[in-house]
Amino acid sequence: MTDVMDTPTSGAAMPTLRVEYAAGERASGAAEIVPQLRSELGLDDQDAPLETPRARPLHQRSLDDNASLIGSAVGSLALVWLLYERVLPLSGTIGFVVCWFVAFLVIYSAVTSMVYPRPMVVDRIAQAVVTSGAAIVGFALAWTIIWIFLQGLPALIHLNFYTEDMAGVGLNDPLTKGGIKHAIVGTAIQVGIATAIALPLGVGTAVYMTEVGGRLSRTVRTVVEAMTALPDILAGLFVYALLIITLGWQRSGVAAALALAVTMMPIIARSAEVVLRVVPGGLREASLALGASQWQTVRRVVLPTAKAGLATSLILGIARIAGETAPLLIVSGASSFFNANPANEPMNSLPLFIYDAVRRPDGLTIQARGYGAATLLLIMVLVLFVVTRFLARDKGPSR
Amino acid sequence: MTVLDERPPAFQDVAEPRVIDPGLPTADRTFRGVVRVIGLFVLLLTSAIGIFLGLQAVPTLQKYGLSFFTETQWEPRSNTVGIAAVFVGTIEVALVALAVGFPLALLTALFISEYAPPRLKSSLVSLVDLMAAVPSIIYGLWGFMVLQPHAIHLSRWLATYLGWIPIFHVDTDATSASWQQSSFTASAFIAGLAVSLMVIPLACAVMRGVFALAPLGEREAAFALGSTRWGMVRAVVLPFGRGGIIGGTMLALGRALGETIAVLLIISPTFDIKWNILSVGTNTFSALIAGRFGEATATQLSALLTAGFILFAMTIAINTVAAIFVNRSRSGAATEI
Repeated sequence: MTDVMDTPTSGAAMPTLRVEYAAGERASGAAEIVPQLRSELGLDDQDAPLETPRARPLHQRSLDDNASLIGSAVGSLALVWLLYERVLPLSGTIGFVVCWFVAFLVIYSAVTSMVYPRPMVVDRIAQAVVTSGAAIVGFALAWTIIWIFLQGLPALIHLNFYTEDMAGVGLNDPLTKGGIKHAIVGTAIQVGIATAIALPLGVGTAVYMTEVGGRLSRTVRTVVEAMTALPDILAGLFVYALLIITLGWQRSGVAAALALAVTMMPIIARSAEVVLRVVPGGLREASLALGASQWQTVRRVVLPTAKAGLATSLILGIARIAGETAPLLIVSGASSFFNANPANEPMNSLPLFIYDAVRRPDGLTIQARGYGAATLLLIMVLVLFVVTRFLARDKGPSR
Repeated sequence: MTVLDERPPAFQDVAEPRVIDPGLPTADRTFRGVVRVIGLFVLLLTSAIGIFLGLQAVPTLQKYGLSFFTETQWEPRSNTVGIAAVFVGTIEVALVALAVGFPLALLTALFISEYAPPRLKSSLVSLVDLMAAVPSIIYGLWGFMVLQPHAIHLSRWLATYLGWIPIFHVDTDATSASWQQSSFTASAFIAGLAVSLMVIPLACAVMRGVFALAPLGEREAAFALGSTRWGMVRAVVLPFGRGGIIGGTMLALGRALGETIAVLLIISPTFDIKWNILSVGTNTFSALIAGRFGEATATQLSALLTAGFILFAMTIAINTVAAIFVNRSRSGAATEI
């Protein structure tokens, strides 16, 4: 019990501030700078009443809990195996697991109701169902990631996969020839341009929503949230209708980057707003009371305090648009050669390359390259995620 | 008690008070102006998406009139295009995704906020974020290559035992030993399963965020009254999080309606209004647009943009309602020291 108790260790030495966000983003910088500021300001002696209450662990697993859980699981497995595989004319993995789960619930509730009243039975069943639901989701995620890694490995182990392009390489040429340099560079350039456009606009919108406010800002917030879930293909259609039909541009890397920027801006705006909102109001007031203007307050106090959190939201935005395929299908042509000029000539990118490659007939090496590119894309997203976690955990001075 | 007027004599007889509000400094006025313009730009951008797609839609609607909404076929060469079949297909895929995704997202959110060990909580939250960041083309590939071979068995089971319900009916003998696997592949059901993987993290993140805000005092009060954990969840967390559950589900619905690439990889396009979700072939707005865009002529482009406009109107309506629900269950106040 003691090792999971969350009681403050020595008086109020470590004030803990627990902040929860409605949309699931974890912004960190602001929440973690507060204890540090407090200790610098010498406020630690008197802050006991300010500490946010934390949930105390109230549940402990007893021997009875564990024994009935494991016993029911093993018993139902044995029963279902006997009936399903040996007695009844049934087969199939999914069916087996479903039958096992149902049998487990029945046996578990029977075992519990031998000793405990009905609310306890319901409680245990609910816990089993909730845990299995989460387990199914985790299982699907793990399966997806492991599967794509296994598929991508054959292409990824060749160095030329990263240093050559596909110009003049046939669909069934061995993996030691040709690579996806053109797609990697294309994705990097497009994401770079999109970020350069979306970051100032997104952070500006977030500053508008949190610092300036007003009735209009609530409308903007609602619209931004609605845009976050706007179908990705519509960003492509919009850029197509605006730039290519109305203004007569060609399909190019810039058009693709603009479509990505349209997708990215609301994502950054929304998560940056969450981050800026947790910057303590007291910091703003202190700055204003010292005679700083609002612009100075935002530039010198609010944004530096939220720096780590803003970096997190930037990375989440990049991770999201790096894998966008649908808008690129519309505004950017695919190509097999290297092109570092986003303004003209078609420019390939990782998602387009994957989409194109995996739709080829089975058995060709181009398919293996497609899976390799998909794995590379996933690795990129994973790396960005680890960086995000690292930034979120970084408790060092973020000024 | 007399009030001493300490102002210099020259000012003592000035009746009206002086203006002591200096107004905003220029830097601040510029700052507010710029930031407000950026905010307005976002509003403008959203309306521009609607306006540009809407403008492109006008000639199509003039040309085809109401038949654009009732026609099922999409054959620009013979001058018949309509969205009736895609509309039904889009709704079917989205509803399958929600039917699978909603319970799983709710259970996962409950697990993370109520049942998971406190030490694991933040890791689980970032796992859900990671799930949201995995590119949809990867889910599409997985759904097509890995999930489909397993899911057709489930389809067959449903068709065998629940085939008397029209939506589960399949025009093949599902019970025979050599059953026709190809009548069950590439269906709305399987596309919906793949899409559900994409909407789960979205809905789960919103729900979990709202559950975590359920007041600690009421939770402990429930326990103090002798409630079990499930009793507490039912009496405190779920009622408190109702706005988040509805909002998260609607956001998920918006996402499911517009998901493109995973659907495009899985389905085989057909243009009939089909109510049996298990059998081969369906189509959705976004898959139609992405699939037909490369080969499109000018008239067909306009028709595709019209389809895009209708998708835009549908999702923006659903997402706005969702955002209102979510916002209502959250306060906009700043954190105080």
